[in-house]
Amino acid sequence: MTTKMMGEPVARVEDDRLVTGRGRYADDLAPEALEMAVLRSPHAHARIVSIDVDAVLDVAGVHAVYTYEDLEGALAEPLPLLIPHPNLTHGRTQYALAKDEVNYVGEAIAIVIADNRYLAEDAVGLIEVQYEFLPPVVGIDAARAAENLVHDDVPGNVAATMEQSFGDPEADIGGAPHRLTFDLEIERSACMPMEGRGTVARWDPDLKRMSVWSSTQTSTGVRAAVATKLGLDLSQVDVITPDVGGGFGVKIVHPWPEEVLVPMAAKVLGRPVKFTEDRREHFISSAHERGQQQHIDVGFDDDGRILGLSVQFWHDNGAYTPYGLIVPIITSTQLIGPYKLPSYRVVFQSLYTNTVIVTPYRGAGRPQGVFAMERTMDAIAAYLGKDRTEVREVNFIQPDEFPYAHGELSFQDGRPLIYDSGNYPEMMRKAKALVDWDEFEKVRDEARAEGRKVGIGIACYVEGTGVGPYEGGHVQIETSGKVKVSTGLTTQGQGHETAFAQIVADELGVRFEDIQVVTGDTRRSPYSVGTFASRAAVMSGSAVALAARAAKAKALRLAADALEVDVDDLEIVDGIVRVKGAPASQIALGTLAVLSNPLRYAFDEASRAATQFAVGDPTKPPVAEDDEPGLEGKDYYSPMRSTFASGIHIVIVETDPETAEVSILKYAVVHDCGTLINPRIVEGQVHGGVAQGVGGALYERMAYDETGQLQNASFMDFLMPYVTEVPESIEIDHLETPSPLNPLGLKGAGEAGVIPGAAAFASAIEDAENFTITSMPISPSELYALRLSKATDTATERTNT
Amino acid sequence: MKPAAFTFQRPTELSEALAAYAANPGAKILAGGQSLIPLMSMRLTTVSELIDINGIGELSFIEASEAGVRFGALARHAELHAHEEARRVQPMLHAALSHVAHATIRNRGTTVGSIVHADASGEMPVVLTLLGGTLTVASTEGRREIAADDLFIGPLETALESGEIAVEAFVPALPARHGIAFDEIARRHGDYALCGLGVVLGLTEDGGIESVRAGYISVTETPIVVDLTECFPDGIDASSLVAAGEKALEQLEPEGDIHASAEYRAQLARTLTARVITAAHADAKARLFQEVTA
Repeated sequence: MTTKMMGEPVARVEDDRLVTGRGRYADDLAPEALEMAVLRSPHAHARIVSIDVDAVLDVAGVHAVYTYEDLEGALAEPLPLLIPHPNLTHGRTQYALAKDEVNYVGEAIAIVIADNRYLAEDAVGLIEVQYEFLPPVVGIDAARAAENLVHDDVPGNVAATMEQSFGDPEADIGGAPHRLTFDLEIERSACMPMEGRGTVARWDPDLKRMSVWSSTQTSTGVRAAVATKLGLDLSQVDVITPDVGGGFGVKIVHPWPEEVLVPMAAKVLGRPVKFTEDRREHFISSAHERGQQQHIDVGFDDDGRILGLSVQFWHDNGAYTPYGLIVPIITSTQLIGPYKLPSYRVVFQSLYTNTVIVTPYRGAGRPQGVFAMERTMDAIAAYLGKDRTEVREVNFIQPDEFPYAHGELSFQDGRPLIYDSGNYPEMMRKAKALVDWDEFEKVRDEARAEGRKVGIGIACYVEGTGVGPYEGGHVQIETSGKVKVSTGLTTQGQGHETAFAQIVADELGVRFEDIQVVTGDTRRSPYSVGTFASRAAVMSGSAVALAARAAKAKALRLAADALEVDVDDLEIVDGIVRVKGAPASQIALGTLAVLSNPLRYAFDEASRAATQFAVGDPTKPPVAEDDEPGLEGKDYYSPMRSTFASGIHIVIVETDPETAEVSILKYAVVHDCGTLINPRIVEGQVHGGVAQGVGGALYERMAYDETGQLQNASFMDFLMPYVTEVPESIEIDHLETPSPLNPLGLKGAGEAGVIPGAAAFASAIEDAENFTITSMPISPSELYALRLSKATDTATERTNT
Repeated sequence: MKPAAFTFQRPTELSEALAAYAANPGAKILAGGQSLIPLMSMRLTTVSELIDINGIGELSFIEASEAGVRFGALARHAELHAHEEARRVQPMLHAALSHVAHATIRNRGTTVGSIVHADASGEMPVVLTLLGGTLTVASTEGRREIAADDLFIGPLETALESGEIAVEAFVPALPARHGIAFDEIARRHGDYALCGLGVVLGLTEDGGIESVRAGYISVTETPIVVDLTECFPDGIDASSLVAAGEKALEQLEPEGDIHASAEYRAQLARTLTARVITAAHADAKARLFQEVTA
């Protein structure tokens, strides 16, 4: 028997390359390329009066300088609004290079192409721009107040207002035995991949062909954008993703201004051109996320059962809306989590500010939604004096209630919000067991007696994963017996080369080490969507499984002919097709690949067997009418709707009574992503997500001052946690409730680890401190200030009615 | 993040470096480069010329004697941190260097460079002041010693004259019956301290408190050492430690920034004052016990 690969903690095949410095990233390619530097706005809001580039033109080593005036055709139009939505009544996108006005510090105004980045930066410093300052709108309060406008023609700074509801929450809340209302707030953070954005382009003037290598989460998206913006046929453009040093969402946005400006310059100059984003640029000109203010109104009964929930929130979308309303839509739908709501209303406003754009960052609106719901659960428990897990349990959707539809709510894919499967009570049982939840009260009391403050926090989440529309898989068996797999979505370090190979190994019956996986290359997979929304395993995993099945079916058919047996009597083991029970009667997949491709010319020993005088029934065409040459399988997977993964995080913290520093004593995760392909990869995803959750809860924020300058645009002041700040170990337990929606029962695992972080820490700190936490992240300085204010003011933020 | 153009030279003799510096006082000296290079790369500073002293072998030394520890301008934080004799003679060096940034920065960064960078949120300027150390500087005119008390004249500003290169520093040995402790609180491990504190505490022969001197980090614009001896007339207890914290705060000027409020930094100063003095007292008692039993 071939060793089963699905579900095994197989070591990642890409790690040897990636951790020994042999990865090849965009900046490693085309060392001869000219390099681009960008003049970025130093002001958050200003009109551009004039741009003088004269001083640049004479600088030795400078090849070109471009401003908006130099852009032509579609390139002179605003960048695309990628995901339009009927409620996005005032969507705005920026120009590749600013036209007339800049709306955030970092917005691209001009580019210089020079022999190298040093000279390009020198030249950028020589461009003179005259600005007429406009009042900046910074922060949600300023956006809501709308005393100043980001865009003249967007009243109230409101890009969109959207409401979804089911039932009659006002009546249910009003009639409930208990009611709580309170306000919450979440600060901004950002993706921060190790490799920033980067694009290399080469134009071949003879073949009239554009080759682009970009550090992106969607090669097909970039391809379409480059072709459109440069007026090229799609078939003239190849986009290849080299190794990508992390994405976390920011690289699904496309095209970035640089992603179209680099190909433009390469075409005009007839030389390869490269742009490599530096860290400061990543802070001020890529994307941020998370910033929201929320208002909760909830009615519940004596058991803590929610009878009606009404949520209003204000979402800071930054200066433009290229990614539409995806983040706030996810917040408003995923907020519900694993709970059954009799009635629910959510209303959000997506607001412009003169700050960096807001687009999905791992979690993509879910951390905010989970924060709202889990703070609500804790508030209900505190109000009723009940255990926090009990209140959650009484609200859980039960295992026999799937598929579970949340009224007529519509999810981020435009489809009804229907959960496919899950077992939340069992998950809670596992989570409580990991931390000995019921014993914690004693631990807390003992610590208090010693003058120590410890607290335990919990947060549950449900994550819609594996959203459509589709992905494809291509599995080709070469004459050597090696199997080449291609799928179009891209890889940023997740371990796709390993996981997809595991799937194909099992489906096809070939050895894992004979399989090679390629992702994100439009030459191999021209039809694809991209890597986002924890969809790679579900979408491409399913697609390569289907493609492998197609290849297997053909292999068996060919083998049945060759061995003169029935297809049903055959099996494939370690790349050999053999007759069940008579393994001596066999043929290798490589040989079948030879036979599948009738040849006129022999190019090696093996191919001699397929030449015209060696094989074939002279009474039939060499390739049957309904057949194709080659031993390969291709298929696409397109789901009806998303899968829904789920999980519970529990954290135990200790807060220093004097310095208010927060230390993590224990972190436990129960996670259900359906069928596990590779538990080691899933655990790695959870570890990384938890680390980002720690960052979002305790360290990271975007410190804008009132003029819109980002004060911490470096790793010295933007406090991404080091390994010393994240838990040394994370207790993980898995639950597998397979999804009925796809052939392997998969759900996504990519984002889960980060989603409940802020909510779990708020819960734990609240438990340790014995006062309410309403805003995250929280620093020791802020916790100390809260302690002082609680000591003098015993009024609670919650209005109990 | 690429620096603007600069000229570069890498002399192998100190005399060459001094001559080059005299010829171009606008040049910058490159030792570990852990502060200078990022500033140049972010174009927060432009430098016409870099004089790299890493080729000057004579500046790369650490000498520990019973008098104290002398170390050259190329002694890396990591080397000084790991130097067993230096640690024995003056344990404050090891204790404070444990808090200087991260291992990779300590491998490259130099302690003398850190001192002349004169950042009041750096550990080593305060340590030099607290220990009563000296800095030796050289120019084409000759050498001179500057006492730490006279060295730090403003934020990021020292008493070095044009054309002078810091070539070595000296810290005296820890006297008998003395103990030390150092601690700091940073947002992340290895970050600049929100507040930090080194204490040298002396005991009388019968174990009473003879002296308590405390050097504070990140709560003033220039390195500051506060003599807190008078707070402990009757030894160390909870109330005297509180009093010491308040006394120290009279001389500190904590400021708020994006990482911590001024009030919080003051709280850290109070807390650390009590914690570090307590630790230094325990250290002094342990050393005294060793001295007596040796």
